[in-house]
This record gives sequence, C-alpha cells and structure tokens, in this order.
Amino acid sequence: MSDKFEHDAVISGVARSAIGRRLGRSALDLTVDAAGAAIADAGLARGDIDGICTYPGGSADVTFGYAGPPPQEVQDALRLNLTWFQGSAELPGQLGAVVAAAMAVSTGLCRHVLVYRTVTESSAQGSGGRAAVLGSERAHSYGVWSAPFGGTSPVNWLAPVAMRHMHEFGTTREQLGQLPVTFRRHAALDPEAAVFTAPLSLEAYLAARMISTPLCLLDCDVPVDGCTALIVSTAAHAPNTPNGAVRIEAVGTAARGRLSWDQYADLTSMAAQGASDHLWSRTDLRPTDVDVAQLYDGFSILALVWLEALGFCGHGEAGPFLEGGANIALDGRLPLNTNGGQLSGGRLHGYGLIQEAIAQLRHAAGARQVRDAEVALVSNGGGPIAGALLLTRDR
Amino acid sequence: MQDPLLHRPAPSDDPLGRFFWQSGADGVLRFLRCGDCGYWLHPPSSRCPQCLSANVAPQPVSGRATVHTFTINVQPWTPGQEPYVYAIVEFPEQDGLRLTTNVVGCPIDEVRIGQQVRVAFVDRNDAYYPVFVPEAT
Ligand SMILES: [Zn+2]
Repeated sequence: MSDKFEHDAVISGVARSAIGRRLGRSALDLTVDAAGAAIADAGLARGDIDGICTYPGGSADVTFGYAGPPPQEVQDALRLNLTWFQGSAELPGQLGAVVAAAMAVSTGLCRHVLVYRTVTESSAQGSGGRAAVLGSERAHSYGVWSAPFGGTSPVNWLAPVAMRHMHEFGTTREQLGQLPVTFRRHAALDPEAAVFTAPLSLEAYLAARMISTPLCLLDCDVPVDGCTALIVSTAAHAPNTPNGAVRIEAVGTAARGRLSWDQYADLTSMAAQGASDHLWSRTDLRPTDVDVAQLYDGFSILALVWLEALGFCGHGEAGPFLEGGANIALDGRLPLNTNGGQLSGGRLHGYGLIQEAIAQLRHAAGARQVRDAEVALVSNGGGPIAGALLLTRDR
Repeated sequence: MQDPLLHRPAPSDDPLGRFFWQSGADGVLRFLRCGDCGYWLHPPSSRCPQCLSANVAPQPVSGRATVHTFTINVQPWTPGQEPYVYAIVEFPEQDGLRLTTNVVGCPIDEVRIGQQVRVAFVDRNDAYYPVFVPEAT
C-alpha cells in the first residue's frame, strides 16, 4: 500500500449517456447507458464491477431531478455482485464519491467501482424553469437562515460572494464575464456534447438579463439531463486499460472554517480554500505544474473563487488574471474548462468536468486538446462544500 | 413593516431557534450568548462553540448592523415579485456575527456594502422576521 490511499487507485474508464435538455428519459435509463459504456472503456466486463458509489444517493430528493437512481437500483438493473456500495450527499463536494471509491479500492474492499452522477433537472423543470421546483412552504435545516428572506436559488446565495469580491478587490463584470465567454469558445470545439456552442461576445454577456446582481443569466450554468459514469480501479489494473488510466495524485477534502453560505469568515474564498490547501499538502506538485484545469462553474463566480483558492493567482487577483481572457484560453497559462464547463456544456454537477480532465490527460480531447497535458486539476462544489482532485497522465 | 417579499416561507419550528423568530414581538433582536465566555452564537446551538459551556441564553443586541454584502434579486421566482435586496449584515457586538436578511425601506439601488442599518420586524406566519432599514444619516 502507498502512503497516500489515492495512489492505490486509478480512474480506468469514463463515459456518458446522451446529454441534453428535456430528454424525457428516466434517470435509470441514462445511468445504465453510461455505466455500460464506462465499464467497456475501462476494459472490463460487468462481472468485474464489485463496487458502486454515487453522489448524492437515493435518500436525496429526486423530485427536482437532482438525484439519480440509488445504488441498489443500478445494482439490480445490471445484476452486479457487489462487495461495497455507497450513495451519499454528505461529502466534500460531488467528487467526494470518487474519493470514497478510491478509499474503498485502497483498503481492498473492492477492485473496480462504478461511480456515477445522474441528473434529470431539465426534464424536472420542464417549461417552468427553476421556479417550477422551488418554493416549499416551510424552510428547514440551514435553509431556515436563507429561504425566509428570499434566498430562493443558489444564485441568491452566491451573488453576495461576487458582490463582496467586486467590493474588496475591484473585480469587474467584464473580468468575470471572461469565464462564460471563454468557456463558450471552448464549447464550440465540442459540438457533440455542449449545450451552447454559438459564439458569445463580452458585449452580449454584459447585456444579458440580470438574475441576482451582479450575476446575470450567463453566469448561471444550464440544467440538463444526463449521466456521467467512471470506473475507479486498483492501480494494478492501469496497464490493462484500453484507453489509458488516469492517476490520482492528490485529493483535497478538508472542511475548515464555518462552512455555511453566510458565516464563513472570508466569503470570497469559502470552502474552496480548505479543500485547496489540503490538496497541495498532499503532493509535491505546485499550481505552476498544472497543464489544464476544470474548475466547478455552477456559477461563474465559483470558478473565480477556485482560481484564487488553488493558488493559480493571488487572493483577490482573479480579476486581473481573467482580464482579456488570454490566461484561461486553450493556449494560455491555465487552459480552463476546456469542454465549455457547465456554463456552456450543461450542469452534469461536476462530473462533466472530471470526464473532460480524463479526456485531456488521455490526449483524446480532439480540437480542444491542450498540448502535452500531463497534470489536470478538477474541483467540485463551492460555497459551503468543496472537493478537489489532482490527476496525472499515466506514464 | 411593509414586506417586500410575496413568498416568505415559515421557519421550521425548531426548539433551538424558536426564541429567534419570536424575539421581534417586543421589537428587540436577540441572539444566543454564552454566559461564561460572552461569545454570541448564530445559528443557535445548545453549547457555546468557543468554550463548550451549556450556559447559553437569548440576549438582546443593539439591532444596529453593517451591510457586509448583498444582492438585488431580480428574477421573479414568484410571479409578480418585485426585485428585493437579499443581504448579509454584520453586528458590532462581535467580529463575524452575521445574519442573512433583507434590506428594506429604501430604493433597492441605494443599498451599499458598508451601509449602516437598523433592525425592524415583519410579522407574518406567526413569526417576526428581522429585516433591516438604513440608519437615518
Ligand atoms: Zn463560551
């Protein structure tokens, strides 16, 4: 066993189902499609899979299309024989399911874990938009400190972060807008997968409909239906993967400070700071070693917060870093969200970002390929939950 | 106090937080405070997170606060809903003692980070929702 559990595991396969708006297909249907393709991509057969892990799992509210089928349904649909399974939302970000799978592999509990994340949010919202699934009559749990004051959507919880960043550091909407504008350019190079591929100008961004100041419609990601599945295997399996395995160099899972939407001491960094610090404490690699990054962009401001928390630029310096967009372009210092991220590619809730990191490290990203990409960073979450993975190309 | 929100969900009837939602009945805002070390608690908990004392009880604060950050929600989540200010305010009683709330009683585009505000209460759903109005300058 290695001294770091993540070195005992690799990501051996990845695939996705059809992705799109209002597919009208069941979550299990999408999941079984993606799972089968991921197993094949890993060079495995169904009988090899002995673990399942998902975020958030069957106890989550499926009404909003936020949760996929629970592990037991997938186990039964594929008739898998498992030695371990888990579905849970209480994790360090959505990719906590990947971390849990790597831990299960490292401890010897299983050898090949099917990890999946399925959403049917687009179908669930139908033509009614997000409002169609919001607005319960009574606020519960931590929501009692936001919902009674009209903190209805996550955009309301994160817009104050953007406002504070602009106030403290002079960040502008023009700088923030470089994220959606650049990601859209990247999305155009992945026309099969991305939801939005038409060119987006900074002017069009600035003119877009405001949702919750200073965040406009184009600062918010796109609800879609779809499933991403990946296989986490023992490192010994790496040579047998037909399409190449990806090594897990380090995980960032720390929960530090007051993890809430409003009580974290420095709202402009939030949970991303703890996860980032933890990740860099587990590796000798440094931010300058990262060739490509896929940072969670449920909202543009989250990707900006991650840029700073991970040390790609100083705290408060993301505005100047983003200015003009050159640094985050495919040929820039830090090619960012090379498949369009969630802003243009659709909200696969972080898992589309993991898939893109794997594609980049396999040198299989086609027109979007970052030259000689050897090290990729993936982050998921933001606000009060956050997780990060540093991945490397298997050599 | 005129309420800018059409849809204001009722708080859950959690025993720890009940005092908070009833505190405005006499026009006074209260938070739990540790009787041993003086630490203010929000959200409520049965033990002081600083010294773990169980000697915590509601205590009044001045009701004056500073806008730490905010957003103007424009999206009509509820049809007919006017844009409203969703804000995080910070209290002078303790560094980092914050409350998520609304700023009301002024044009929404006059709200600023650093603005001095004072508590007022909206009485709905058998609860007193603490909201904040700009201090007269
Ligand atoms: Zn105390």
